[in-house]
Amino acid sequence: MILPTAPDPRPFPRARKFPGPLQIVLTLAAVAVVVIMFVLPLVLILTQALGSGWNAYAAAVVEPDAISAMKLTLLVAAISVPLNLIFGLTASWAIAKFDFSGKALLISLIELPLAVSPVISGLIYVLLFGAQSYLGSWLISRDMQIIFAVPGIVLATLFVTFPYVARQLIPIMQQQGRELEEVSAVMGATGLQTFWFVTLPQVKWALFYGVILCNARAMGEFGAVSVVSGHIRGQTNTLPLHVEILYNEYNFVAAFACASVLVALAVLTLIAKNIVEHFDK
Amino acid sequence: MLFAPLLPRREFSILPGFGLTLGISLAWLSVIVLIPLVMLVLSGIGVGPAGITRVLSSPRVLASLWLSLWASLLASFITMVIGLLLAWVLVRYSFPGKKIVDALIDLPIALPTAIAGIALTQLYAPSGWLGYPLAQLGIKVAYAPLGIIVALVFIGIPLVVRAVQPVLSQVDPSLEEAAGSMGASRWQVFWHVILPQIFPALLAGGVMAAGRGFGEYGSVVFISSNKPFVGEIAPLLIVTRLEEFDYAGATVIALAMLVISLSLLLAGNLLGAAARKMAGQS
Repeated sequence: MILPTAPDPRPFPRARKFPGPLQIVLTLAAVAVVVIMFVLPLVLILTQALGSGWNAYAAAVVEPDAISAMKLTLLVAAISVPLNLIFGLTASWAIAKFDFSGKALLISLIELPLAVSPVISGLIYVLLFGAQSYLGSWLISRDMQIIFAVPGIVLATLFVTFPYVARQLIPIMQQQGRELEEVSAVMGATGLQTFWFVTLPQVKWALFYGVILCNARAMGEFGAVSVVSGHIRGQTNTLPLHVEILYNEYNFVAAFACASVLVALAVLTLIAKNIVEHFDK
Repeated sequence: MLFAPLLPRREFSILPGFGLTLGISLAWLSVIVLIPLVMLVLSGIGVGPAGITRVLSSPRVLASLWLSLWASLLASFITMVIGLLLAWVLVRYSFPGKKIVDALIDLPIALPTAIAGIALTQLYAPSGWLGYPLAQLGIKVAYAPLGIIVALVFIGIPLVVRAVQPVLSQVDPSLEEAAGSMGASRWQVFWHVILPQIFPALLAGGVMAAGRGFGEYGSVVFISSNKPFVGEIAPLLIVTRLEEFDYAGATVIALAMLVISLSLLLAGNLLGAAARKMAGQS
């Protein structure tokens, strides 16, 4: 359903009552791009998933390997998102509320994972913990498997989602300044009280925003996780990896059925993101 | 203390928690990001000059790096054009359904790349909804280099749109009115007044899209033919080398990719600084 939007209250230079031909052409072109690039793929996934009827769809989604893949995806997100949240809070507090040398370098290093290919993000942990490395063979001899096991998947996910919360919080906390926190500290509040009652309420929407994006990436990561997982069905397959296996077996109905679960996640992410943006204004 | 000169110095602050929060941040950054990346660089250097030369002189490796590079640059350029159109329409015009269009722009950020990959592949496959009519026109998208471009444009659009949108909405209307009242055509106003103001942001978005596209894996491996020399992107070759247990080969290709993507970012930042200077922004 397409809802009409309220007219934009800001005065635009060439605000017209009736759109000119250029405006109509550009608007139609933009809508066409969005429909072809973004709407069609979503419609295609749903059509393919339900192409053999509701029963085939339900069977593919509740199949044991699919369920274990969903559980693993939830587990990985449940570990990596809170850890990145804590890191985002500590890093943004140190960076925004204090002056120290090397701050710009620290911010660049925090954003470094964004510039690294997902495959390399997985590779670095294979080099560190794989059976061919000293550390890896030592750990394996003590029955601690990192690569081709859940810890490796968590590490790779932590790496790719590393900057997500911090990069939302740092700019907004820098913008807020320190005066309120300093007043609070002078009046005798402890550090945690200051953080909880003064800082957090000001940055909570940026925090939610970062967590939502972090969670979407954690649940959907493919390249990095694919390198470290080993693709063991029912054990080290996350949902995106499970979809890949089904797709490569030409089991399109099951592949798109499981993909539709991730589409639902994406749509929920977009809705949550827009709710946060709405409240953040 | 031996390391005292190396520790960050700070000015006095009444706020507590500096040591604790910076300590946790640095420790976590080191464990998750820095130590693994340093290990990658060290193992790459450990391969030795002869080994590095051998890997990098392989035509297949060079072809994959070159494909990843030109595909990401071309896709980034196309994304800048499409992204500018989308940002323009979303900022300047209002139309029914605008909020939904605006929200959908972020789909590639929210949708797992592998899911985007299989959906785009089925869409542009020779029998697909878009692939069939295009095949009638003699255009092959899926399993051809054009498919890689489509996937990278898909991934890059939100990066460009979200970089341009805030800057475009800040453009001072009085400058446009002044130019218009002095007889400039709409095209002249856009080209000489608006574009210089938004170009640094457009370029920054394009650089982000190129950087992301250069390393992109999930959305590309399904739609590409993955054949060596024509459809094999560099990240895929790393995966192939790992599956062959050729750790040295994988490491050297990864190092080459890191060097190229950091150079891309650096070149983009320098270009951006030059563009801001020309636009009269500091």
